[in-house]
Amino acid sequence: MTIATPRPLSAVLAERWNRSTLLRHLSIAVVGLAGYYLLSISLDAFHDLQLAQISYTAIAAAGLTVLSGLSGQISLGHGALMAVGAYSTALLLEHQHWKLGLVLLASAAITAVVGAVIGLAAARLRGPYLAGATLALAVGLPSLANYHELRNVLGGANGLLVAPAPPPLSLGETFPVERWQAWICGLCLVITLVLLANLASSRIGRDMRLVREDEDAAALAGVHVARTQVFTFAISAAAAGLAGGLFAFVNQLASPGAFPLSLSLALLAAAVLGGLGSLAGAIYGSIIVTLLPTWSADVAQSAHLSRSVYANVPLVVYGVVLIGVMILFPSGLQGGVRWAGRWLWVTIRRPLARKDSH
Amino acid sequence: MLDVVGLTASYGPVRALEDVDLHVEQGAITAVLGANGAGKTTLLRVISGLLRPQQGTVRFAGRDVTRRPPEALVRLGMAHVPEGRGVIAELTVEENLRLGGLWRRDRAWLRAGTSQMFELFPPLAARRSKRAELLSGGERQMLVIARSLMSRPRLLLLDEPSLGLAPLVSAQIIATLRELCNETGLTILLVEQNAATALSVADFAIVLNLGRKVEDDRAERLAADDRVRHAYLGM
Amino acid sequence: MERFVDLTLAGVTSGAIYAAVALALVLIWRATRIVNFAQGGMLMITTFIGYTVIQHGGSYWLALAVAIVSGLVLGAVVERVLIRPVENRSPLSAVVVTFGLLVLLQGLAGMIFGGTPRSYPPAFSIIGFGNANHRLLFAPNDLWVVLVVVGVMAVLALVFRRTSIGLRMRAAAFAPEVARLLGVRVGRMLTLGWALAAGVGALAGVLVAPTTFVSPTAFDATLVYGFTAAVIGGLDSPPGAVVGGASLGLALSYVSGYLGSDLVPLGALVVLMVVLMVRPSGLFGAPAGRRV
Repeated sequence: MTIATPRPLSAVLAERWNRSTLLRHLSIAVVGLAGYYLLSISLDAFHDLQLAQISYTAIAAAGLTVLSGLSGQISLGHGALMAVGAYSTALLLEHQHWKLGLVLLASAAITAVVGAVIGLAAARLRGPYLAGATLALAVGLPSLANYHELRNVLGGANGLLVAPAPPPLSLGETFPVERWQAWICGLCLVITLVLLANLASSRIGRDMRLVREDEDAAALAGVHVARTQVFTFAISAAAAGLAGGLFAFVNQLASPGAFPLSLSLALLAAAVLGGLGSLAGAIYGSIIVTLLPTWSADVAQSAHLSRSVYANVPLVVYGVVLIGVMILFPSGLQGGVRWAGRWLWVTIRRPLARKDSH
Repeated sequence: MLDVVGLTASYGPVRALEDVDLHVEQGAITAVLGANGAGKTTLLRVISGLLRPQQGTVRFAGRDVTRRPPEALVRLGMAHVPEGRGVIAELTVEENLRLGGLWRRDRAWLRAGTSQMFELFPPLAARRSKRAELLSGGERQMLVIARSLMSRPRLLLLDEPSLGLAPLVSAQIIATLRELCNETGLTILLVEQNAATALSVADFAIVLNLGRKVEDDRAERLAADDRVRHAYLGM
Repeated sequence: MERFVDLTLAGVTSGAIYAAVALALVLIWRATRIVNFAQGGMLMITTFIGYTVIQHGGSYWLALAVAIVSGLVLGAVVERVLIRPVENRSPLSAVVVTFGLLVLLQGLAGMIFGGTPRSYPPAFSIIGFGNANHRLLFAPNDLWVVLVVVGVMAVLALVFRRTSIGLRMRAAAFAPEVARLLGVRVGRMLTLGWALAAGVGALAGVLVAPTTFVSPTAFDATLVYGFTAAVIGGLDSPPGAVVGGASLGLALSYVSGYLGSDLVPLGALVVLMVVLMVRPSGLFGAPAGRRV
């Protein structure tokens, strides 16, 4: 009879870490939440507001990057999907008096349904048709609010106001509302990222990648191509809907003017810049895209440039980024980070390898 | 006419040709034989400029043409009828033919040449205004050969002309090739999986196996060699 | 009844413009299998160039000629510099690049010209035919729009079907590799295709400018309608662009007249979605969709 040699605890833990993606993602999430908390309490009100804006932008960008990167589909209309989420949240808060969490969940679900409808129409087609349909959505949907029959419900050009949601009394009476908003957005961001990350490593994520690579091969392998595409679009739309709901919560407004075509562009630029398919990239991209308008306005004003110049700097930058990244650096920032990481890893190991060979 | 030295070509990590030498004699038919995946199509694609080799040179009519694009090689007198025939389905028969001769910028030749092709291949004349996708396999093969002749080439590369054709039809086409070579001195490099057919009209032949040249000789000697026939040609 | 006639005539006029934009998109799709989302931005820039010519005292006709020529040049440059690197990659890359170009052009136009809409003169009178008692909603300028679009399309059709260069362009679009083996300089044909498409787009921009005014975002809707018209007719089919443009023009005119002009963008979206779900390859395209 053989006696099994007990293995060191570290080896057991390492194996369990490598095998369980859920454990990995949850651990990263906890670290992320802690870091976010520390960041939020060290910032002033204005920067906490920006932190909240970056967070909900990152949620929408993460949904978009999963759509394009993993499933190979393109959407030029995620801004319109955010509008759906924002209006849902505004209407639910006004008429239903549910708790915020339920409202946000419902808004995401409503937007997911809209996404599924679009996905159904476009699941039968190749990329440019989907892009064109989403472009039409981005241009056409906001005008729905102006339709005179719905003006009472949707508030017309002025949109709907969202009653401010003060932080709970348990946090103290002078707790800054911006920090509370940043916390809600940050929590939603981390939850969304964990869910998307788990989705990407799950069997459905594998199906999505297979469909993107070679549809015929995927179909032969038993993947229901169109259903996968529609499901991915719905998930991506849900993320945008959640982001829109948070937008309404933070900015206390849902109006057609808040969701122009340039918002869809900014989301696309964030996803492309960060690297399509990369969740970390969605975060980098959102940081840049959110801070860019204020930064360029500051720079331009100090250089005494006219308003028409500095207001358009973000557009020009988005355009250059989209073109440049696609042609020169298709894997975006995250690709650059990975490349740098690999280079570092190789450079560190080389002297160690030399030591071994002596 | 054509000299290939040390040609090595890959598709990504897959090595398709390994150090292949080839000499194509002017005014003769040279066959390239071998099993599926032996590298025959790759060889033609490198020669005509569609694919860049990793190593080696291609000399045509005294010039080094190794890295030159197909458009340039056409103007030097090389015509390539690709795998799958390459009929442009949306164009008519007549348009396909004209296209072959357009680069010459010779309107008189365009008229005279298309008439000649219709005489050489009567079935094409009957369908001159029909879209090429409506032609049968044999008619398509005639069309692409006629189309390449419209550029008055000195060297014609043909990739598996008998593929998918009934034996009678492919025999007719192969016979036409022999006639062309005899009467006009056209040099032909013929890739064929059907070794028997190829060897019946070729003067010279090489055999490729897994990207390497394993035999290079006069056609009748290869056809008579039992070992070669069994090992590489499935005869 | 008179209202119906008015709306129909108005629909034909706007339909001609959508047809022109659709044709520009179809030409590029046939040549390079790319939907040129930047078309709206390109025709906006060329219309601004025409506007600048008029500002400096040039005639309408000189401005039109300059706009078309700058369209030809812009199309050629865009294909050679921006599109060539991504032509053979995934469709996603081309979509992002053309969309990026759209944004870039809008940003640059905003910087140079500002956001205030500028007015652009029509070629001819915009007062409807008829007299004080019976005046149609169809003016000499509208007739000019329809005639010039039809004329340009006829010329292009002739060029493609009857000339050697048209034959080479079609071959380069249908079968680029085979065309190279026949001595066709495929790259040049693609550049030429983009140049022609941008020229047609420039024409459409000048024709629609009196109605939409000229500003960086004024032509977004025109692009969407042109794309919808191209999808209706089939992205592969130039005659389809004409039919698609005419039908969309009529449909949206009736929507505007009977349901309200606010609903027109949404109407176009609905038409697009319906066509995509029912017959995605369009009226004249070859069926090639997946089954859900």
